[in-house]
Amino acid sequence: MRERTIGLLLAVPAIATIALLYMMPLLASVTGAFETEAGFGLDNFIKARDLYTTDILYTLLIVSASTLIIAAFSVAIAGYLTLGENPKAVAILRWLYRWPLFIPFIVVGQVLRTFLAKNGLMNNLLVAGGILTPMQTMSFLDWRGIVIAFVWKQTPFVTLLLAGAMASIDRATIEAARNLGASRLRILFEIVVPQVRTTLFVGMVLSFVTMMSVLSVPLMISAQSPTMITADIAFRINAYGDYGVANALGMISLIMTMAVAIFYLSHNLKEKAR
Amino acid sequence: MSALSMQDGRAAGKRLRLPFDLKWLPRAIVLGLVAFAIFGPLANLLLWTVAERWYFPHTLPLEYGFSYWAKVFSPRGVAWESLFTSVFIALLAVIGSLALAIPAGYALGRLKLPARGLILLVFLIPQAFPNLPVYVNIARFFYDVGLNGTIAGVVLVHVTHGLVFAVWIATASFAAVDAELEEAARSMGAGPFRAFFDVTLPLALPGLMASGIFVFLESLDEFTGAYFVGAPDVQTLPLLLYTAGAGGNYQIASITALLLLIPSIFFMLVVERFLRADVLSRIGH
Repeated sequence: MRERTIGLLLAVPAIATIALLYMMPLLASVTGAFETEAGFGLDNFIKARDLYTTDILYTLLIVSASTLIIAAFSVAIAGYLTLGENPKAVAILRWLYRWPLFIPFIVVGQVLRTFLAKNGLMNNLLVAGGILTPMQTMSFLDWRGIVIAFVWKQTPFVTLLLAGAMASIDRATIEAARNLGASRLRILFEIVVPQVRTTLFVGMVLSFVTMMSVLSVPLMISAQSPTMITADIAFRINAYGDYGVANALGMISLIMTMAVAIFYLSHNLKEKAR
Repeated sequence: MSALSMQDGRAAGKRLRLPFDLKWLPRAIVLGLVAFAIFGPLANLLLWTVAERWYFPHTLPLEYGFSYWAKVFSPRGVAWESLFTSVFIALLAVIGSLALAIPAGYALGRLKLPARGLILLVFLIPQAFPNLPVYVNIARFFYDVGLNGTIAGVVLVHVTHGLVFAVWIATASFAAVDAELEEAARSMGAGPFRAFFDVTLPLALPGLMASGIFVFLESLDEFTGAYFVGAPDVQTLPLLLYTAGAGGNYQIASITALLLLIPSIFFMLVVERFLRADVLSRIGH
């Protein structure tokens, strides 16, 4: 009983901070989405639908595609780090993969804006290598550029989590399967990945939400429509001071992530129940 | 007999060696592609920081030089001030969030809490929803109470944002410390604070350092919150980078980006020393 009280007292300041500086503004964004000049109503959502349906769909496409690509890459990299048999190749990959880990999104935006542009280093090298002519070069500074930027930045993060989880699973089952002649690919998908499923989901959910919140990458790579909701929210506020539509767009992005969060939580509860 | 077995051995050796060498070909191609995907864009950034003139269709800059560096770091340049502001804000954010996260993480990682799952969920929420609508409305709220455009306002936003990482990692680190060690200290007569500061805290320290590092970097690199709450009065490095890039000044944007890269890459190189696998595997549990 005493331990519980002490525990609660220790946790209260942190909880209060989240409540005051996170929950309250979050609630304000929800109520703000329904506030119109004529009282509460759905006008903001109608306006958001009329103006930004394309961007809403593009946001969903960009973030979902990025999440899946990130998951595939990080399973591949972490799997090789765990099961790879050539120590030299494993060491090189371990050294390589995490460079973008802590590079801030704003820097990723700037770096890839220069790299993927029509006159960026990528196209220049392809032209210099005789693979493309200058006329054939194209800019990737549209929704594809945003996907590339997200994958570039988030893959190392999910890989780090996964590789950590994979390193702490029991090697004996892997060795046993190996002795029975199972291929490494089969071991990865039938023994290793199922055991780190929770970590993979955590990484994917965190990446999904992070990408839904990033403003700098869409602003820097492709701020023109079709772009992401985040860029539209900033535009509504900076250009028109229009908090109503901005909050309505915010609500839409909240609903998208809520769906993902509920999926994660129900999965987590099922896992706990077992 | 022995000659025969030697011949066998040599043949087997040959058969083994040839595919081994060939095996490096796909490996080298894949590793080369990964290296290009990672270092290509970074090389592009480095070139921009020293490019005096560079335009289409030239593969490489036409002139190299450091004149933009001189401009950025001149006494009247904005970089020094932004760098100082950014580091100051980040340090305050680390102090604030660790002061809140260490007690909370200890309670969540070690003590029996009523509704522990629910409390962990509360700290999940800022990661479970996009931050942008929150920043928009926090800026509105801060405007009313006079915190908009102040360092304190930006620090508060960064503490809240960093608290998620800090509490999660602190919880995992305290959970990874063997509870019996603290009990042993208690049974030998140490008070609860002594047992915590002499036994549990030092053992959890690597994880806590990692969470401090995360908060520091998150704050240093944070753009969205500073964009709504701080700008234009509080000019952090990311805001400087954004303004320069939006104005088409790729040299100044790239130099600022490089400044932000240095601490990021340094921490990337040391992070695994702090975040051990047993802590990592407990995050989110």
